[in-house]
Amino acid sequence: MNKILEKKVWWKDTPAIKEFVVEAPWIAEKHKAGQFVILRVSENGERIPLTISNKNLEKGTINILFQEVGKTTMTLGKLNVGDNIFDLAGPLGKPTHIEKFGTVVCIGGGIGIAPVHPIAQALKDAGNLVISILGARTKEILIYEDLMKKCSDEVRITTDDGSYGRHGFVTDELKSMIESGMKIDLVVTIGPAIMMKMVCKVTEPYKILTFASLNTIMVDGTGMCGACRVTVGGKTKFVCVDGPEFDGHQVNFDEMMARLRQYVDEEKVAKELCQQGTCRAA
Amino acid sequence: MTEEEKEVPKKKKPKIPRQPMPEQDPHERAKNFKEVTYGFTAEFALNESIRCIQCKKPVCIDGCPVNINIPEFIKKVSEGDMLGAAKVIKKSNLLPAICGRVCPQEDQCEMVCVVGKKDKPVSIGRLERYVADYEAAHGTFEMPEIAPKTGKKVAIIGSGPSGLACAGDLIQMGHEVTIFEALHKAGGVLVYGIPEFRLPKSIVERELDYLQKIGVEFKVNHVIGRIRTVDDLIQKDGYDAVFLANGAGLPQFMNISGENLNGVYSSNEFLTRSNLMKAYNFPEYDTPIKKYKNVAVIGGGNTAMDSVRTALRLGAENAYIIYRRSRDEMPARKEEIEHAEHEGVQFIMLTAPLRVIGNEKGWVTGLECIKMELGEPDDSGRRRPVPVKGSEFIINLDAVIVAIGTNANPLVAQTTPGLELNKWGYIVVDSEKTCMTSKKGVFAGGDIVTGGATVILAMGAGRNASKSISEYLKNL
Repeated sequence: MNKILEKKVWWKDTPAIKEFVVEAPWIAEKHKAGQFVILRVSENGERIPLTISNKNLEKGTINILFQEVGKTTMTLGKLNVGDNIFDLAGPLGKPTHIEKFGTVVCIGGGIGIAPVHPIAQALKDAGNLVISILGARTKEILIYEDLMKKCSDEVRITTDDGSYGRHGFVTDELKSMIESGMKIDLVVTIGPAIMMKMVCKVTEPYKILTFASLNTIMVDGTGMCGACRVTVGGKTKFVCVDGPEFDGHQVNFDEMMARLRQYVDEEKVAKELCQQGTCRAA
Repeated sequence: MTEEEKEVPKKKKPKIPRQPMPEQDPHERAKNFKEVTYGFTAEFALNESIRCIQCKKPVCIDGCPVNINIPEFIKKVSEGDMLGAAKVIKKSNLLPAICGRVCPQEDQCEMVCVVGKKDKPVSIGRLERYVADYEAAHGTFEMPEIAPKTGKKVAIIGSGPSGLACAGDLIQMGHEVTIFEALHKAGGVLVYGIPEFRLPKSIVERELDYLQKIGVEFKVNHVIGRIRTVDDLIQKDGYDAVFLANGAGLPQFMNISGENLNGVYSSNEFLTRSNLMKAYNFPEYDTPIKKYKNVAVIGGGNTAMDSVRTALRLGAENAYIIYRRSRDEMPARKEEIEHAEHEGVQFIMLTAPLRVIGNEKGWVTGLECIKMELGEPDDSGRRRPVPVKGSEFIINLDAVIVAIGTNANPLVAQTTPGLELNKWGYIVVDSEKTCMTSKKGVFAGGDIVTGGATVILAMGAGRNASKSISEYLKNL
């Protein structure tokens, strides 16, 4: 169960970016764009959510991509082809609302490009004109460029340091597109909370429908605890069952960002222990 | 021996008092997660068993939701035959080590015990626990009698008390049983909700292991409604019947301002982190939890007691229970309230929260509350708490745990067309006995039907369902 069939190292420097192809036929069969999995790496492990970034129905596999930012992702990254992921549950969350909107702009920032990929694909399959904006800090850590080209009518790239594509942020590119008079019917955005907040700020005055896929702290991922709760349109919602996707203009991003910082001290302790060599998967 | 000597009236036996339950010192135990009570010694168990008068009409059996033959097992205890006693219990209850610990016996078997009319009732729960623990320590695994295979397959959704009880019965009736569990560990509330200090997880594992040995298949990490729907199970996977025992696990919040501040938890999250994820062992275990100094738990049920006592063990200096009615109305077991009190939990009664107060960084700093007084009885028969004007006050805190109840998780219902629900989202069944839903071949029981109740009531529902499901399978 949950056997790793392929491993790709996108970026090996710290923090590394890695991708697994995992054998999970039941999850692959039911998965729809926008959904995620929760996994554990060992008996002592915590549960973390990761979005399904690609799949192969015939082979019964799903792809997960992650950056090694703390103990669990660093431990996960140590697994190799042939190893099993200790616990894997999914698909979780509501699928993205897919229909023919017209022209859609899919915006992925950093490793947020990976979860945008199946959504862009589904929107393309539904007959939309898909323009993707991919943002990265620098050229070397840009992921999924080829995959995004396959499911987009056009791909635009921005890098913070100007090493590739437009020098600047994804929001700069989005602003230019809107100001050039392009008619945009939907924007989908996934990436760091601050980026999603800024994207929503850009589209709000133009009343462009904007979906943001939220990445809050989760424990069970099935709606039983509320660790992932956010305020959307003044109401409390659970990201794991009501989302992860919400109308970005309704989301209280400041509250969400404060909640994401709840365990920074503990995360640091765990990571330091891991770097001293205590992290090891089952 | 002369006739006269024979007729001398029997000397009245000295009355044996209800035997005490040895437990850890309250100051010690408030700092650890080890089980609070040690259980009876052999001597206590024997003394207690003799207190049972072996009534002709044992009403205690009717007081037990799964109808254990109580006098019969207690008689075996008095004869020193613990394994025999275990056998008697297991005819009706496959999880005695759990029920002996967590059942509210004072409201069930012990409430109706005849001895209790003039004296304190026989400690049926403690004896059940003693027998189960004795068996685990001394017994060898014995396969129960299992009926010939019927070739029929049943899927059980949820591995809490209701699902487990139903599975144990169905497997003995010769059916194939698969339990689908959403979390990575089976046991439901027994593993994520009830803390180690009340129900050691090794005991739950032991009982689950027993079910596995007798043939129940467990599929963990399977969220029904997502990875499979109920219709998939019947149409694609060949299950002949489905039992929905997915519980009422959706936490309620208070809907007051500040509830999404950092440091506000649902009791489900707080207890899941601590119990299931073992966050109290962080960083040995990866899931973190904060060691808050001043913690208030809102609510008066067993979940509230479990949460506040967990907070205390994590190092809280002040751990409060805030409850809007008075102590008499608290739904928690009396024993748990007393345990909490001895450990140093502070009770703030007749008080309701108004808003959670936070700092600029988004962390809880306090709770504004208002005093209540008891007014006229409401629908539940309990006197309704009414706010006292002008009695607002602020209590300084760094964490608030909300334990005011749970609702039905809608995931299974949403993805199962044709399933009738009531206005609260709980599944409607024909009757308590049949557990039949509006959908053919689909049965339901436990908290997903009744709303949050007790472990033993859920087990009782599981047993009823097993009979009804077996009946249905016969006629297929």
